[in-house]
Amino acid sequence: MDGEILRDPTRRFVLQSGAAVGGGLLLSFTMSSESQAAGDTKVNAYVRIASDGKVTIASKVPEVGQGIKTALPMLIAEELDVDWSAVTVEQAIADTKVYGRQVAGGSMATTLEYDGLRRVGATVRALLIAAAAARWNVPADSLKTEAGFVVDAAGKRRASYGELAQAAAALTPPDPKSLTLKDPKAFRIIGKSHKSQNLDAIVTGQPTYGIDVRLPGMLFAAFAKAPVYGAKVASVDLAPAKAVKGVRDAFIIEGGTNLQGLLPGVAVVADSWWAARKGREALQIQWAEHPTARQSTAGFAAKAAELAAAPPHRNLHNDGDVEAALKGAAKTVSAAYSYPFIAHAALEPQNCTAHVKDGKVEIWAPTQNPESGRALVARSLNIDPSAITIHLIRGGGGFGRRLMNDYMVEAAAIAAKVNAPVQLIWTREDDMQHDFYRPGGWHNLTAGLDAKGGLTAWKNHFITFGEGETFNTAAAMNATQFPCRAVANYRHDVSVMPLGFPTGFLRAPGNNAFGFVIQSFTDELALAAGKDPVAFRRELLGEPRLLGEPGKGDSFHTGRMRGVLDLAAEMSGWGRKVPKGTGLGVACHYSHLGYVAVVMQVTVKDGAVKVDKVWAAADVGRQIVNPSGADQQMQGSILDAIGSTLYQSITFENGAAVNSNFGDFPLLRMADAPPVEVRYKLSDNNPTGLGEPAYPPAPAALCNAIFAATGKRIRSLPIGDQLA
Amino acid sequence: MAFNLTVNGESRIADVDGDTPLLWVLRDTLGLVGAKYGCGAALCGACTVHLDGIPVRACVTPISGVGEQKVTTIEGVGKTAVGAKVQAAWKAVDTPQCGYCQAGQIMSATALLATTPKPTDEEIDAAMNGNLCRCATYIRIKKAIKVAAGLEKA
Ligand code: FES
Ligand code: FES
Repeated sequence: MDGEILRDPTRRFVLQSGAAVGGGLLLSFTMSSESQAAGDTKVNAYVRIASDGKVTIASKVPEVGQGIKTALPMLIAEELDVDWSAVTVEQAIADTKVYGRQVAGGSMATTLEYDGLRRVGATVRALLIAAAAARWNVPADSLKTEAGFVVDAAGKRRASYGELAQAAAALTPPDPKSLTLKDPKAFRIIGKSHKSQNLDAIVTGQPTYGIDVRLPGMLFAAFAKAPVYGAKVASVDLAPAKAVKGVRDAFIIEGGTNLQGLLPGVAVVADSWWAARKGREALQIQWAEHPTARQSTAGFAAKAAELAAAPPHRNLHNDGDVEAALKGAAKTVSAAYSYPFIAHAALEPQNCTAHVKDGKVEIWAPTQNPESGRALVARSLNIDPSAITIHLIRGGGGFGRRLMNDYMVEAAAIAAKVNAPVQLIWTREDDMQHDFYRPGGWHNLTAGLDAKGGLTAWKNHFITFGEGETFNTAAAMNATQFPCRAVANYRHDVSVMPLGFPTGFLRAPGNNAFGFVIQSFTDELALAAGKDPVAFRRELLGEPRLLGEPGKGDSFHTGRMRGVLDLAAEMSGWGRKVPKGTGLGVACHYSHLGYVAVVMQVTVKDGAVKVDKVWAAADVGRQIVNPSGADQQMQGSILDAIGSTLYQSITFENGAAVNSNFGDFPLLRMADAPPVEVRYKLSDNNPTGLGEPAYPPAPAALCNAIFAATGKRIRSLPIGDQLA
Repeated sequence: MAFNLTVNGESRIADVDGDTPLLWVLRDTLGLVGAKYGCGAALCGACTVHLDGIPVRACVTPISGVGEQKVTTIEGVGKTAVGAKVQAAWKAVDTPQCGYCQAGQIMSATALLATTPKPTDEEIDAAMNGNLCRCATYIRIKKAIKVAAGLEKA
């Protein structure tokens, strides 16, 4: 477990001797945002250099399988100029005061840290050079570095970073603005593939994850919550649980009504988790009535149909005059698309270990978003946030689920009643039935084409969840998504219905569904226009230009999209003849600052879809930091999307999720995972993240390929047995 | 009651109820946390261990059913020649994303290669069908198996 980290939150931009860490240099930085170029984010990081030259670099962002624990330290190591083999990476502790943003979300880590963390490395390097300059009594600019050594220009004198570390620690750091970062052509670490952290521990089964945390005297807990979100405990007989061998205690947690916070339930604490779970199953709980019990998937669908037939509640964007354009169109096309709620289903069920002692709380959590967990725990336990220590533990998958911290506040609330550290582990069923789901949605689209097959009008009446002007989490749609601004007449309308279930961010939130809708409907328009799907998209993109305001989240560069579209078409041999029953489908979508185009080849036989092959092209700027990790994220996102598009749907009945485990919420299996060929289109833009943007085009590429193979248009997900 | 077990070549005693799944005996009683809990219902393969070399789902294997069979877990599989090769290939290919499923994947892959040293794609798919990877690292898992089998280079 590498949760240990040294920190010094009180001092800004100071260095201190690393005696406490076994000699060498501990450099701790809190570079304030003012000291950097405008628009840069606050950067904090730690570098430690031992006297033998070994370098320890802290990775600030939680690791949940996105590979950030490799990519961020690579940025520091590059500018520090050390061999990657000399670097050990430690997971930083949760401390926003020291590290700034520590969120594994939004594919933002590369975007936000690319410059700042390189500056951290460059600062340390400058100090080591200054120490050597003082020692040799020569000007600093006569010295250079070579993989862990400072050398003089003549190559006569050499000192290792380890030798210089103590002296460097006594110097005043330079102004970060004065530092020149490496020419990318000189990169030795960035741009080369480096392996996942914790690889040895993972392949040999050493403790790595939240559920592997072991503390002296630790007990295990299971926690029963109402199947209907937020329902209270009406009555419970705790005795049968307490009678189970190994059970230490069972008690009610009152909880509140905030669906993102601590919910009511019954905790069982035992010597082993199996005993806690057995105790929990022995509980006889009567849950109080709750209004959400009246909600169901069937009810949502009926309400969505009713809203679709009525005038929209609100218009969120309007360019030109859609109705007039539709009247004047040579052809109009209308279609209704929908998609279900889905669960995150990370393979490691939610869990957290907490120890409450002497007014302090220590937490070991696989969380993607520790600071919001800290706030939640502080509120629930009525303690000061500074009394809470959170160790970031590698998560067995995240996908956005661990941005929420319900498991953390539950573990803390249970531990507060127990005189020992407690590890709470949810069952798989708990995990699936108490998720923050990707919300379902309904889109009613109409578009107009002119006589030449050009798009003249586009309107979408989006039906989603919310109340009044507020949307449920991840249930809002950006009203200016492409093809907005590429078509003269464009409307985005919305109607909402209330929802009693919590929703949340799932890999490429919103876009994971909107990509399916927009890019499938675009395919329908290509067909209506009598044009090839790639050619139609090229025309729609038009001349390379920025749509929207530069720097705004929704601004969209048509040329960058064209670049990846062309590349994916080329990679796949778009336009080639394929056998009967086989089809090629294309889709391209922009999200999380990344442009991705995907082509899939599928074969449909006896109602069963087989994805033969996938080609994907991405433009995420001028530099791929870690190609091995980048490929993993591209391939993983696309296969994730294929699995959810084929099979996944959460169904609600009587206010509760019906699905409970991988039997009724299937994940993709190896035999159904196609090869995915990935290429990057480098463009002169800042590097951005890859955890999410490859997902959104994939569902539409799959469904468009199915259409090409069979003539059957999929407008509602999952595909399930629609082809049977 | 007390159960005498052989785990990774060592004699161990576990004093638990007979219906306790092997997974929780390993994790909570014997301190071997390599086998993972994913579903508890033989649906994901994260808990895969070997009994006399045969892959089983430890989450649905009651301790009372283990008897004399030798238990091998991810912590001990590297002591076998095939297991060591598989682990090395997994690293060479940089297979994991989150890594949570990988112990189970390695155990299934090792059992496959122990009986089928040069598997076909179909044999790999069949042997690995019960091991889910939520991060969908299947492309690299398959590659790592082929590398371990000497069919491909890392
Ligand atoms: S935990 Fe045993 S198969 Fe999933
Ligand atoms: S690597 Fe994450 S579940 Fe397989």
